[in-house]
Amino acid sequence: MAGLAKTMGAGAMTNSIEEITESQVLFVIGSNTTEQHPLIGSRVIEAVKNGAKLIVADPRRTYLAERAYIHLCLSPGTDVVLINAMINVIIEDGLFDENFIEKRTEGFEVLKQDVLQWTPERAERITGVKAEDIRRAARIYAGAERAMILYCMGITQHNCSTDNVIALSNLVMLTGNVGRPGTGLCPLRGQNNVQGACDMGALPDVLTGYQKVTDPNVREKFLRAWGAEIPDTPGLTVPEMFKAAEEGIIKAMYIIGENPAVSESHLSHVEKALAGLEFLVVQDIFLTETARFADVVLPACSFAEKDGTFTTTDRRVQRLRKAVEPLGNSKPDWQIIVELAARMGYNMTYKHPSEIMDEIASLTPSYGGISYDRLEGPGIQVPCPHKDHPGTPYLHKDSFARGKGKFIPVKYTPPAEKTDEEYPLVLTTGRVLYHYHTGTMTRKIDFLNKKCPGPFVEINPVDAQKFGISNGDVVYIKSRRGEIKAPARVTEKIKQGVVFVPFHFAEAAANYLTIDVLDPVAKTPQLKACAVNISAGGEKHGDN
Amino acid sequence: MTHYVKTVCPYCGCGCSINLHVKNGRTVRTSPAVKDSINKGTLCIKGMLAHEFVHSPERLKTPLIKENGVFREATWDEALGIVADRFRKIKEESGGAAFGVLSSARAACEENYLMSKLARAVLATNNIDHCARL
Ligand code: SF4
Repeated sequence: MAGLAKTMGAGAMTNSIEEITESQVLFVIGSNTTEQHPLIGSRVIEAVKNGAKLIVADPRRTYLAERAYIHLCLSPGTDVVLINAMINVIIEDGLFDENFIEKRTEGFEVLKQDVLQWTPERAERITGVKAEDIRRAARIYAGAERAMILYCMGITQHNCSTDNVIALSNLVMLTGNVGRPGTGLCPLRGQNNVQGACDMGALPDVLTGYQKVTDPNVREKFLRAWGAEIPDTPGLTVPEMFKAAEEGIIKAMYIIGENPAVSESHLSHVEKALAGLEFLVVQDIFLTETARFADVVLPACSFAEKDGTFTTTDRRVQRLRKAVEPLGNSKPDWQIIVELAARMGYNMTYKHPSEIMDEIASLTPSYGGISYDRLEGPGIQVPCPHKDHPGTPYLHKDSFARGKGKFIPVKYTPPAEKTDEEYPLVLTTGRVLYHYHTGTMTRKIDFLNKKCPGPFVEINPVDAQKFGISNGDVVYIKSRRGEIKAPARVTEKIKQGVVFVPFHFAEAAANYLTIDVLDPVAKTPQLKACAVNISAGGEKHGDN
Repeated sequence: MTHYVKTVCPYCGCGCSINLHVKNGRTVRTSPAVKDSINKGTLCIKGMLAHEFVHSPERLKTPLIKENGVFREATWDEALGIVADRFRKIKEESGGAAFGVLSSARAACEENYLMSKLARAVLATNNIDHCARL
């Protein structure tokens, strides 16, 4: 969430799920909310029923897009252009919040000059969205007293993901849509505890609560608490780690509860890296594709067998409670880590996760007031700096975490891989409702498998005709990096020139095709857009 | 006898509260929690089935060690002993930069914290990340 950190000083969902129904306008961009965050999707629908206007920007006609007041059906990777053009319209029409800009922000003049070039007409040529629709969307968003933006993977999985987020926060600050209930900029995090993993410092450059490893005072504080020196240079991100492993710099990996052998972009590289490691430990509840590469596999228990906390996408710390005993000889992750540390001569003495949380609270300003005795009810939204603090439903009330909000002009970076004669279509990847991430859990469930048993590729009817493909044909999808096959779903729901493949399925892992260009700041792999071609494989799905 | 335990759905970041119904030591059903919950008595299809994979026959039940390319079952003592030995040796020979640690957005806060602590304080590396970027 590097983009948000730059502009507002905090990288989390600014507002609460509860407030969605208080908004007058909801702008959903790059998020197939209904399938990825079903509860939030249903709140959006509820808001629409209450009269809120919904704007959806997505290359697919998603469930929400079908119910939207305006669907901006843009080409993958052109979000910045769309947003810049909306800003252009708002400034041109004088719909910005002068008071808010004056009091709470800096850099407006620079932004104003910069977006002059982004007329809706120019944006139409790049995004494929009609200039008139861009104008309408901009006016509706700016005209609302309370407008909220929800965004997800579609925005954060491009090589320009940081820019996309900065562009959105420009839009938010321009209209003063922040620091009040029912407004804000809300990144929807994918897995259940992404927010918690970030808050806890499972990141290469920061410790808990985003305290930087480069800050000597921070290192000093953790040295005192942990009794060990913290390395002073930021470490490597996931994709960088796999590169380093391939180059032989990283020799050993310890992977818990992740399945990068399906989820990472440019998969063949990841497999090569995993296979080449001197020593690999994987700790999981199933023998995943990744675990098969391991030298030692440690059986963890599931969420039902342990105590702990998860932090929601809207920053609510909630209690996870043990319901059943660990299966077989499996153990909770925390206990395995404690035992491993002990064997390496480092003493961790926790008897229960609540004691770990007490230590977290003592080292982390934003979790300072969190303790298990306070989590019996609905949980507490962080930041919660002290024991008497009620928690924070929305951020940036009177000032931004960084002081003044900063407008930063954003240039358009076209997708790293352009389509050409050989690879004429843009591939975009994503989730479906019935599965979760790489499917390690959901694919074990009969009902979900029946609803959505395997991979598929969505193709627009015009493209299908062009390539001689009909519904149900097995289709080969090829990029410069690999090839997969999947049955075709010919549907109007996908924009012409674009194909969609879900990434849950190991047997047709979309990430064999994707490209591993990283966003230079956020280091997000560009899973969302790459060039492919398709051809019919001469069989029908279900043959053989 | 069935009883239930209020906990959190393991699937997405909405954090719906669920009641896991337990019978004879097994999770048999999931129902939405009503009180103190963001979801107020509703659940999506994934949440309704949150109990199902818990007792999947494919669950790992014991540590595994690979020998000549195949896994064999092992005790915790043996498995953790090997991990600690190999980690210690690699740390001595190549230092913290030789480690890569992937924590999990599915693990609890406390577990992510301990992974960070293990990476930094024990393995001497900042090479720790998770898939938030995904
Ligand atoms: S029940 Fe559905 S919407 Fe709620 S947390 Fe689980 S997966 Fe998300």
